[in-house]
Amino acid sequence: MIKYVLNGNIIEQEETTTILESASIQGIKIPTLCNNEHLTPFGGCRLCLVDVATEKNPDMKKLMPSCTAKIGEGLIIDTHSPKVIQSRRFILAMLISRSPKAEELRSIAKEIGLPEESSKQTAAEKYLFNDAPSIVNTNCILCGLCVRACAEIPMRDAISFSARGMERTVKTPFEKYAETCIGCGSCAYVCPTNTITIEEVV
Amino acid sequence: MQEYRMHLMLCAGTGCVSNRAFDIEKAFNRELEKHNLQNEIKVIDTGCQGFCERGPIMIVQPGDIFYEMLDEKDIPYLVEEHFLKGRPVEKHMYVPKDGEVPIPKLSDIGFFKKQKLIALANRGLINPENIDEYIGREGYTALAKVLTEMTPEEVIKEVKDSGLRGRGGGGFSTGMKWGFAHNSPGDEKYIICNADEGDPGAFMDRSIVESDPHVILEGMAIGAFAIGASHGFIYVRDEYPLAVERINKAIKDAREYGLLGDDIFGTGFEFDVSVNRGAGAFVCGEETSLIASLEGNMPEPRVRPPYPAVAGYKGKPTNINNVETWANIRHIINRGAAWYSSIGTETSKGTKVFSLVGKVNNTGLVEVPMGISVRDIIFDIGGGVMNGKKFKAVQTGGPSGGCIPESLLDTPVGYDTFAAIGSIVGSGGMIVMDEDNCMVEVARYFLAFTQAESCGKCTPCREGTRHMLDILTRITEGKGKEEDIDILLEMSELIGATSLCALGATAPNPVLTTIKYFRDEYEAHIKEGKCPAKECKALIQYTILPDKCTGCTLCARDCPVNAIAGERKGIHIIDPEVCVKCGICKAVCNFDAVRIES
Ligand SMILES: Cc1cc2nc3c(=O)[nH]c(=O)nc-3n(C[C@H](O)[C@H](O)[C@H](O)COP(=O)(O)O)c2cc1C
Ligand code: SF4
Ligand code: FES
Repeated sequence: MIKYVLNGNIIEQEETTTILESASIQGIKIPTLCNNEHLTPFGGCRLCLVDVATEKNPDMKKLMPSCTAKIGEGLIIDTHSPKVIQSRRFILAMLISRSPKAEELRSIAKEIGLPEESSKQTAAEKYLFNDAPSIVNTNCILCGLCVRACAEIPMRDAISFSARGMERTVKTPFEKYAETCIGCGSCAYVCPTNTITIEEVV
Repeated sequence: MQEYRMHLMLCAGTGCVSNRAFDIEKAFNRELEKHNLQNEIKVIDTGCQGFCERGPIMIVQPGDIFYEMLDEKDIPYLVEEHFLKGRPVEKHMYVPKDGEVPIPKLSDIGFFKKQKLIALANRGLINPENIDEYIGREGYTALAKVLTEMTPEEVIKEVKDSGLRGRGGGGFSTGMKWGFAHNSPGDEKYIICNADEGDPGAFMDRSIVESDPHVILEGMAIGAFAIGASHGFIYVRDEYPLAVERINKAIKDAREYGLLGDDIFGTGFEFDVSVNRGAGAFVCGEETSLIASLEGNMPEPRVRPPYPAVAGYKGKPTNINNVETWANIRHIINRGAAWYSSIGTETSKGTKVFSLVGKVNNTGLVEVPMGISVRDIIFDIGGGVMNGKKFKAVQTGGPSGGCIPESLLDTPVGYDTFAAIGSIVGSGGMIVMDEDNCMVEVARYFLAFTQAESCGKCTPCREGTRHMLDILTRITEGKGKEEDIDILLEMSELIGATSLCALGATAPNPVLTTIKYFRDEYEAHIKEGKCPAKECKALIQYTILPDKCTGCTLCARDCPVNAIAGERKGIHIIDPEVCVKCGICKAVCNFDAVRIES
């Protein structure tokens, strides 16, 4: 039995799960972009960060990705502290700046309370929404769900990440038609921004 | 064994070799033979001596005579004067400042005097390719002691009590880390030496591996015994071929001597190592990324926990330490935790190797006791700022660190003292900057490095550092906006808090510290369109002072874009529309008539 504190309430849970799963059992929704319960956690988008401290050191809070971090005895977890909200808004504002056309990001923004009106935005948010030069023109937010789906469901490894930093993209090997692709559609199914589409080949 | 009356310890580190140390060696051997001294005096190739800037260098023992900037054509004279007639040659001795008297002895030179050598204990004293010379300097005695007299728990306690903290950047207690790996269940465990050394400007790890490879093997064997591992990996940066060669030779020799392999010292302890070449990116040095690379996967950090001590190489408990960390181990075992922890400060024990570079007179590797002041390093060891310029700041910890301004020069070196002022010890880079360095440009430069090295896995580091770089660039181009400092501060704090690994989390440090200590420079760029250090090209103009110009035409002839007009003996004028601000005119003018204005 694990006993810990979630948003001020004492929770007792039989088995060790991720914070994300445990919060979900308690009916608390944490926004995610790179997580899918059937795939290996990635911890890359950083939208699911939550504040974690210990009973011993309640003031030593650290932001941890709830999709990978596990619950544990004596932890004090806050899924909606001001710091958490501020971080999520920032992450999302950066992704919207990257992919302004991705409707899905706008609806998450509404859910987590990232306003679109400049007057309600922080300095960095204003910059990201209005001023920042567009660097890449894509709806792909590099969450890597497609890459993991292809590797773990049909186990075909037909797509993978290539290059690093802002140049990073998802590609087929040598950018050729992927011979291992069986057209199962797993990648398109998991894509949160509908960037991957499936075409019927006759 | 042949006895020699004199040894010439010639540095064969990368710096000196690229300055033709091997040609110097040939010249010495030729001259010694000519005077029939070859059986009395022997040239020994040593590893890097740290004073690379003055290379090729050599120390004559006994006598401790230090020679610098050796030149092939002076060798005949030097051999005759010093080794035949007993008169050391002043021409190649170290001179602190122009006009001062040369200092013959190494131990009297400021650069060496305030140093304390532990990790670099064998610096310049042994031939790194000769295992007997390492053994002659108490080599492998710590391993023997550990295997025959100590339990793994005792070894871990000794290392923990010594207070040694990781020298790779994180500064975590080495003994505690060993304890975690030791306590992790499983009988298949691994040891790793991180020799990826990606920080620009840092080269202490390369120097240790090249000059004293056995110290790494001995440290790793001790660590392996402590945690219960039987295999180790040395992950060496791909650009370090000499280090790879030397460590491979050391491994081969150690195996032949039974110091690696099965049943070491007949104790039943089994340990061997293999060498891997780095995959080339800065992020490969991050421990989880390094392990992924060893496993043949894409070198990309993963979320911790689990830490490598629990799930590392192939998911097995793994202990990873930095080269310099490993180099301290044998001394801690041989001389004891109490001795080691008597050096340094309350929370930072022992010594740290720094690579002192930038606008300082003596550049090179220096090993100093923790607690020494930054001022002592730069002014006593480093000999102060070059060309009599005024000191402005020193960047410590490489691109992940921060700058320390003049007012904080008395800060003692240590993990916590540096953290308190916004910088880090990191892997030990120290880049000295003078009055001509623009601090906004400094921040932009370091951020450009981390941004280019971001692996792109997590949003804040990938996207955020790029946005910060865009903003810093626009400030240096004179296009900064009022709100830019606030945006930079907000982004810095959030990227620091939300990034997956320390690359992203520490990337804003140079920006934070330059804003903290040099905010006026940011404001001058943004509000007045001025670069106070006169470095940012978009904000400066070159002009010629009419009262100083003699009309010699030199600048006009050297300007690559023909921006300078003027008759012989008449005053010259620079056309700002054409000028590309390369600075050649200023450099060639003999009358100091060219001025930079901002
Ligand atoms: C981006 C990045 C690069 C790193 N590069 C190195 C490196 O080149 N060498 C190194 O020893 N540690 C490096 N580290 C630190 C390692 O992750 C790890 O903390 C270290 O090897 C542990 O050894 P130590 O405890 O002896 O310092 C790096 C960390 C990060 C985040
Ligand atoms: S912080 Fe940077 S380097 Fe580290 S995982 Fe994130 S993107 Fe990669
Ligand atoms: S959902 Fe946890 S980091 Fe993306």
